Amino acid sequence: MTFNIYDFTSFNQWIDKTLYDNLPSFWALIIEMTLIGVAFLLFYAVIGLFLVYAERKVCAFIQNRVGPNRVGPYGIFQTIADFIKLLMKEIIPINNADKFLFNLAPFIVIIASFMAIAAIPFGKGLHAIDFNIGIFYVMAVSSLGVVGILLAGWSSNNKYSLIGAMRSGAQIVSYELSVGLSMVTMVILAGSMQLSEIVEAQRNGWFIFTGHIPAFIAFVIFLIASTAETNRGPFDLAEAESELTAGFHTEYSGIKFAFFFLAEYMNMFIVASIAATIFWGGWMPLHIGGWVGFNHAMDFIPPFFWYMGKTLIVIFLMMWFKWTFPRLRIDQLLKLEWKYLLPINLFNIILMALVVLMGWHF
Amino acid sequence: MSGNQIMFVIFSAIILIFSILTVTSRRILRAATFLLIVLISTAAMYFMLNYQFLAAVQLTLYAGGIVVLIIFSILLTSHIDEKFETPALMKKVYAAIAAIMGAVLVCTTLLNYTFTQGNDAAKDVNMNLIGNSLISWGEQGYALPFELISILLLAAMIAAIVVAKKVKTK
Repeated sequence: MTFNIYDFTSFNQWIDKTLYDNLPSFWALIIEMTLIGVAFLLFYAVIGLFLVYAERKVCAFIQNRVGPNRVGPYGIFQTIADFIKLLMKEIIPINNADKFLFNLAPFIVIIASFMAIAAIPFGKGLHAIDFNIGIFYVMAVSSLGVVGILLAGWSSNNKYSLIGAMRSGAQIVSYELSVGLSMVTMVILAGSMQLSEIVEAQRNGWFIFTGHIPAFIAFVIFLIASTAETNRGPFDLAEAESELTAGFHTEYSGIKFAFFFLAEYMNMFIVASIAATIFWGGWMPLHIGGWVGFNHAMDFIPPFFWYMGKTLIVIFLMMWFKWTFPRLRIDQLLKLEWKYLLPINLFNIILMALVVLMGWHF
Repeated sequence: MSGNQIMFVIFSAIILIFSILTVTSRRILRAATFLLIVLISTAAMYFMLNYQFLAAVQLTLYAGGIVVLIIFSILLTSHIDEKFETPALMKKVYAAIAAIMGAVLVCTTLLNYTFTQGNDAAKDVNMNLIGNSLISWGEQGYALPFELISILLLAAMIAAIVVAKKVKTK
């Protein structure tokens, strides 16, 4: 067995071979699926805790404060303490709610994000499912999350929740279009929807550089639309604290609230990963076509760190948005999507098709 | 039983149980949620058949599109306390007879047909092939149906705008 931090393919094949050699194939499959599930659960916990801490620190930095600084050095254990507190909170039963749907909603939201993260390439060979429709699959499963939000809002039997859910639904349904179309723009350039092939196609330069103008327009649109799709500020009017207390999750407490909270942060992580993968090359190191020595030097940094670094930069951008811009009104939000982003996006697709057709990309 | 068969049994059980729950539930949003579960399980069946494209289409169109629309309209129109009345006994009997007759018809057709196992290797679903045949007007092209659907959608969209448009009162 060779464990290689640059290429996990041989490591995965070693696990696969050992399991299938020693066990009947049915049990080997079950164990493999369990292993991947546990790995993703751990990843969720770690990333969730880290992102909450990062958000508080970034927010503090932008607002000229210190942020969490008491629990552990620089307050790094603050979110763990918060999480323990959240787990020990009472789960308040709601009398006049539709209990079945009320309890089901957080699970739908978190399952949708769980299904989406499975398709993301974390590194060479570090990829749970690699469909030939990769990007389309991510779009399909992430569109399920809105159902959970709508159900949560309705079944709480609370006016704030219902208004929050309606806003959130209108927002996600319309911005999904822009997210999808900006992805389609990049699919035209890549010539494939398979995420591993999209990463592989960026071996001689990331798409944001090789696709120049249309790729950059698509990146900006993707960033705006995906921020809106994850219900984050300045598009957070689904949970606008000053008007709706907390929007669709007003009535949730304890672990169920934690589910919504975690799903929101993980969705942010997922869209940042997708942005990093289709625009900035995913785990592909910074390569410039023809510069062999430079490319070789860049290869020394392991792919996982490239991927993580790019994703964290996109996440930082999204946090920057949240703490800089004021919240939009619902009519401004819909106007931005239908009157500006969508026409620009459709024009951009034609531009990209022209660029690819004429070979004007690098 | 192989793993594939076990998965098939689980998904078909989910589809059957939740289809029945969809029509018997007396709360409308619960019925919509059960319908969602049925549609997702159908997508899972397509995934089992290695036809990921159709599965993703099923998820986006039915689960992510149509069910969301249904839920939206329920959210706007119905209150949480509303429950459907249980239908009269005779209606139940008629419905049961119709359902059983349909089931018998489908079952007899399926059982009378002899399925022959093909020897062809499983074909890979190539996305480029799907995309090309959608816009080609050659032998196996779908350009005409594709364009017809676009016109239909355009007509529906214009109709929706006309219906939703406010009439200016002078």
